Amino acid sequence: MANQIKEGWLTFKSIFTGMGITMRHLFQPSVTLQYPDEREELPPGARAQLYVNIDDCIGCNLCARACPVNCIDIETVKATDDVDLGKTSTGNPKRFWLTRFNIDMAKCMYCDLCVHPCPTDCITMVPEYEYSEFDRTNFVYHFSNLSPEMVAEVKDKAEEEAERKKREKEEMMRKKAEEKKKKEEEAKKKAAEEETKKEDETDADDSTNKNSENDDKE
Amino acid sequence: MFETIGNIMAPLTAIIIHAAIPLTIILVYALVAIWGERKIAGFIQDRLGPMRVGGFHGWAQSIADLLKLIQKEDIIPTDASRFLFKFAPFMMFAASYAAFAVIPFSSDYIGSNINVGVFYLLAVTSILTLSVIMAGWASNNKWSLLGGMRSAAQMVSYEVPTIATVLTVIVVAGSLNLMTVTEMQSGNDILGFLPNWFIFQNPFLIVAFIIFFISILAESHRVPFDLPESESELVGGYQTEYSGMRWAMFMLAEYADMLLLSLLGATLFFGGWNSPFGEFMAGPFWGFFWFMLKGLLLVFVMMWIRWTLPRYRVDQLMHICWSILIPLSFVNLILVALWEMIF
Ligand code: SF4
Ligand code: SF4
Repeated sequence: MANQIKEGWLTFKSIFTGMGITMRHLFQPSVTLQYPDEREELPPGARAQLYVNIDDCIGCNLCARACPVNCIDIETVKATDDVDLGKTSTGNPKRFWLTRFNIDMAKCMYCDLCVHPCPTDCITMVPEYEYSEFDRTNFVYHFSNLSPEMVAEVKDKAEEEAERKKREKEEMMRKKAEEKKKKEEEAKKKAAEEETKKEDETDADDSTNKNSENDDKE
Repeated sequence: MFETIGNIMAPLTAIIIHAAIPLTIILVYALVAIWGERKIAGFIQDRLGPMRVGGFHGWAQSIADLLKLIQKEDIIPTDASRFLFKFAPFMMFAASYAAFAVIPFSSDYIGSNINVGVFYLLAVTSILTLSVIMAGWASNNKWSLLGGMRSAAQMVSYEVPTIATVLTVIVVAGSLNLMTVTEMQSGNDILGFLPNWFIFQNPFLIVAFIIFFISILAESHRVPFDLPESESELVGGYQTEYSGMRWAMFMLAEYADMLLLSLLGATLFFGGWNSPFGEFMAGPFWGFFWFMLKGLLLVFVMMWIRWTLPRYRVDQLMHICWSILIPLSFVNLILVALWEMIF
C-alpha cells in the first residue's frame, strides 16, 4: 500500500515535471527557419555546388587531374596566332579555347580537391545547395560559353594552323637539311681541295726531304 | 391553413435556431482549436507551427485544411459494409453534438433545461463508443477492428470512473440538472474570497476532479490514452479506411467531444458560467465568456498534456482504470458523501 502511494506520487511528480518543461518551451522563441522565405547563411568554405568562372580559366586541366572521381571533363583547343585571348584577372595569359568544360555534379563528392590546384582561382564552391533535378543528365553542368559554330570554327582554324605550322616546319626541316647537305658538300669539296693541295705540298716536301736525306747520305 | 403552417413553423424555427447555436459554437471552436493545437504543438517543440496560410501566424490554416478535405476523394473499401461505414462518422458527431443540448452556456441560455441533464449527457455520449466500433467493424480491416475493439474496451472502462466522479458532484449538488448545479456555485464565500465552486468545497472533490480529468482524457481519445487511433502502431485505428470529409467528421467529433467534456468539467467543478469575481463581470454575456474560457482552458490543458506525455500501453491503460481510478473514485464517492453528512 505504502509502496503504491509512493509510486503514485512519483508518477504525478514526473508528469508535472514534464509538463513544467513543456510549458517553459511554450514561451521560448522557436528555432525554426521558414525555409523558402528565409534561409541559413552558409559558412565560408561550405561545400555545395561547383561554379567555374570560365572567363578566368586558362584550360590548364589541373582541376580535372586533381579530381578523384573524374567528374570534370575539359577539352581545350590551342588558340591560333591571330587571336589574342587576353589575360585572366590574375594576370595569367590565356592560350586555349575551352571548347568543353563539363562537371558532372551527380558524381561529384564535394571533396574540394579541384578548387585548390587552380592557378587562377576560377573554380569555386558556391553556397548554392538547392539543385535537385528530375533528370540525372541535368546534373552535367556545362560551363563552356562557346557556341557549337564557334567551336567548329576554332577547331578548324587550329587545325589549319597546325597543318600550316607542320608544313612550315617540314619546309624548314627540308631547308635545313638541304643547307646541311650543301654545307656538308662544300665541306667535303673543301676538304678534298685541301687534301689535293696538301698532297702536292707533301709531295714537294717529300722530294726535298728525300733530297736532303740523299744529301746527308751522300 | 396558414395558421396551421404557422403553428408548425414557429416551433420548428425555434428548434432550428436552438440547434444552430451549439453547432456554430462547435464549428468555430473546431476551426480555432485545430489551428491552436498545431500552434501549441509547434511552440512546445520550439517550432512555429503553420505559418503560411492567412496573415497572422497562419490563422486560416484550418479553413485551408477544410477546403482540401472537401476536395479529397471519398473512398469506400469494396468489402466494407457500406451503410454502416458511411453512417459511423455522422453518428459519432451526432452523439457529441446532441450532448450539447444540456450544457448551460450562460445564465440565460441552455438548450434543454431538463431534470436529468447529467444523466442524459452521459447516456448520449456512450453512443460515441458505438459509433467507433461501428466504424472499425464496417471497415472490414483488421487494424480498424483492433482500433474499434480497443476503443470499446477503453471507453466502456473509463465510463465507470467518469460516472463515479460525476456522481460525487451530484451528491454534493443534489440535482441532475446542470443549470441547478451551476446556480448552486454562484457567490464568493469560501474562506471569504474564493468562489463557491465545488472544487474548493471539500478536499475530496479535488481528488474527484483529478480522476474526472484523467477519465475524460481517455473518453475523448486524447494522449496519453489515444490508443483507438494510435497512428504509429495501428496505422490510424478505427479511422484507417476513412478519407476526406468522413475522416474530418471523426476529427470534428473528437474536438467536439473534447469541448463537451471540458465544458462538463467546468460546469461540475468550476462554477459553469459564474464569474470568478462574484458580481463583477457577471450577466448572460459575461457568463458565456467565463464558461467558454474555463472550458477552453481545460481543452488547452488537454493539448498541453498531449505534447508532453507518451502513449500508454493497452494493459497499462486497463490497469490504471480498473485497479486505480475505479477503486479510488468509489472510495472518494463514499468519503464525499460522509463529508456532506457531517458538515
Ligand atoms: S569537388 Fe572533388 S569530386 Fe567534385 S569535381 Fe572537385 S575534385 Fe571532383
Ligand atoms: S584548374 Fe582552373 S584554370 Fe585550370 S582548367 Fe581547371 S578551372 Fe581552368
